[in-house]
Amino acid sequence: MSSRRKFLRDLFSLLLSGGAIGGILKVLPSSALAKEAPRKGKWYGFGVSVDKCIGCARCMEACKTENNVPREPFYFRTWVERYIIRKDGETVVKAIEPNAEAVPETSADRSMLRSFFVPKLCNQCADPPCVQVCPVGATFQTDDGVVLVNVKTCVGCRYCIQACPYGARYLHPETRTADKCTFCYHRISRDLLPACVEVCPTQARIFGDVNSGASPLTRFRRMNKIHVLKPALNTEPKVYYASLDGEVR
Amino acid sequence: MSHELTRTLSEILPQIQGYIYPNEIEVHWGLLIVVYPYITGIVAGAFILASLVKVFNVKEVQPLYRLSLLTALAYLLVAPLPLLSHLGHPERSYEMFLTPHLSSAMAMFGFVYAWYLMAVLLIEIWFVYRTDLITWAEEESGVMKWIHKTLALFSRDKSESALSFDRKALKTITIIGIPSAFLLHGYVGFIFGSVKANPWWSSVLMPIAFLFSAIVSGVALVILFYMVITPLTGGKINMKCVDKAVDFLFYAVIVDFSLEFVDFIHRIYQSEEEIKILSEMVMSKLFMSLVIIQVLLGMVLPLGIIGVTKIFKKRFNLNDDLRKMLYFISVLLIQFGIFTMRWNVVIGGQMFSKSFRGLTTYKMEITGIEGLLYALLLLVLPLVILTVLLKVLPPWKEMREEGKDLEGGAPGALPAPEG
Repeated sequence: MSSRRKFLRDLFSLLLSGGAIGGILKVLPSSALAKEAPRKGKWYGFGVSVDKCIGCARCMEACKTENNVPREPFYFRTWVERYIIRKDGETVVKAIEPNAEAVPETSADRSMLRSFFVPKLCNQCADPPCVQVCPVGATFQTDDGVVLVNVKTCVGCRYCIQACPYGARYLHPETRTADKCTFCYHRISRDLLPACVEVCPTQARIFGDVNSGASPLTRFRRMNKIHVLKPALNTEPKVYYASLDGEVR
Repeated sequence: MSHELTRTLSEILPQIQGYIYPNEIEVHWGLLIVVYPYITGIVAGAFILASLVKVFNVKEVQPLYRLSLLTALAYLLVAPLPLLSHLGHPERSYEMFLTPHLSSAMAMFGFVYAWYLMAVLLIEIWFVYRTDLITWAEEESGVMKWIHKTLALFSRDKSESALSFDRKALKTITIIGIPSAFLLHGYVGFIFGSVKANPWWSSVLMPIAFLFSAIVSGVALVILFYMVITPLTGGKINMKCVDKAVDFLFYAVIVDFSLEFVDFIHRIYQSEEEIKILSEMVMSKLFMSLVIIQVLLGMVLPLGIIGVTKIFKKRFNLNDDLRKMLYFISVLLIQFGIFTMRWNVVIGGQMFSKSFRGLTTYKMEITGIEGLLYALLLLVLPLVILTVLLKVLPPWKEMREEGKDLEGGAPGALPAPEG
């Protein structure tokens, strides 16, 4: 009896001790998992200059080719949205279709207030909800801040697709695993630019290291007023938009 | 490349209203994920009903005790199947146990499930049936003797001290079991409620609403089973027991209804960014399943029927057969209501775009792993398991003896005539 009592007392004191409490706190996600931009080393980010995008969809084409994204129009690592805001307040949004016929001339349309294109891609959040919810840790954040999916361990539960506020993920129909933009990780790790950045004819897409003082991204962030998508969700996106319209979600 | 998927998605394309992100055309959590919370809910609800007897000493529902435990077990055994079938790589599912990602709510499923099955339900059932298993093994011969002997884990102690230990153990397990059942289904609600990207799901009320709807569906289903199985096995439905259980059901539905109503009012009053697209969705895509089936047919109508029955039972001495029929209709309606509630949460949460600018459509397949037939199979499978369990662990004697005491001085023959 006394040994049982002693065991219970020990157990109780262990639970009260800092070790157990610290362990529990470690399991609690957001505070422990939120990654601050490291002072040293690379921390990749992306810039989008909304005013420069002409909606040519070359980035979409390049991405599909470079990353073997299925050709069907249900799977995109990046896409471009066209916004038309009319005088009566109505907002019409459409995703640009690659290889579609030229957009009809709209300058004669008097009902139109303003119109612009917005390229979209994975926001490579600093505090990514997709990483938080993955049950097997197949979706993870690299040390340089890129969120990747391990095709070999992903179980295809699609929780990450539900958790992504930006619709950046899809289930690859062949591998049956989650898939998304990787900033062309295979290219950037060889000091090449992501395919979409490479082909953009107007330099609406800028890629670089947030921590480097000399990167084009740092210059972009210095010269522009920056906004990110859905900041209220506290995902801390690393895709920075210049001249982003309030209608964009 | 799955041509069928491409074809289905192409058919959906023209039905999209407004703008949705291009990756959102495919509804990722389909019918199987609707079935999953429905089945787990029944487990939790049936167990809560059983605990009414053991912890809260509600004597009237004693005949339902063993039936509800077996129902909970039959459904719990099927609960992982829809999840497993839905995975893109079911053969990798063991990784959730071996290398769980601790910040993921979903990774906890295996542990919550294993805890509930091993630490609560199986142990409780074992203690409930232990003495009977020993007695049966003594009386029987052949295969059944060995089945019962093995199920009793070869224990043979029927002494008074052993029995009193059984009783004590049962009480303890049930007390642990109640928070565990809450955990089991509250956790399912948390899986949805914690997705901040999705305003239709993201709500602190989600786990609680799931919990009470679980109690509603579990209690209603056990009552339904009792009313169907008892006459089939030549017994007589104990109306005192059914009255009491329906009483509990009535209050659970009221709480469930209030919770959903609070959620509804809260959303409308707060009127956040997403309110326009959500109201558009409710008034178009979900009108039938949410407003008509879930709320009107699944909650308001059965509440009305049971309420009227409760009033008239006392005033006009409402006859048993009529009451039976009204109860039967009510519990059936409630089952449909809860199933559509799961549908409205799971499918509804994927009908609108996270751009809050458009709606998509869910096209249910008939065949295939995500199809209707497979889902029906999963819904029938627990019934098959329950039939086997009822054969191996028959609760009849207790169902009737325990009911007999309640008849009040009518300890007549067991298979009493209908009346």
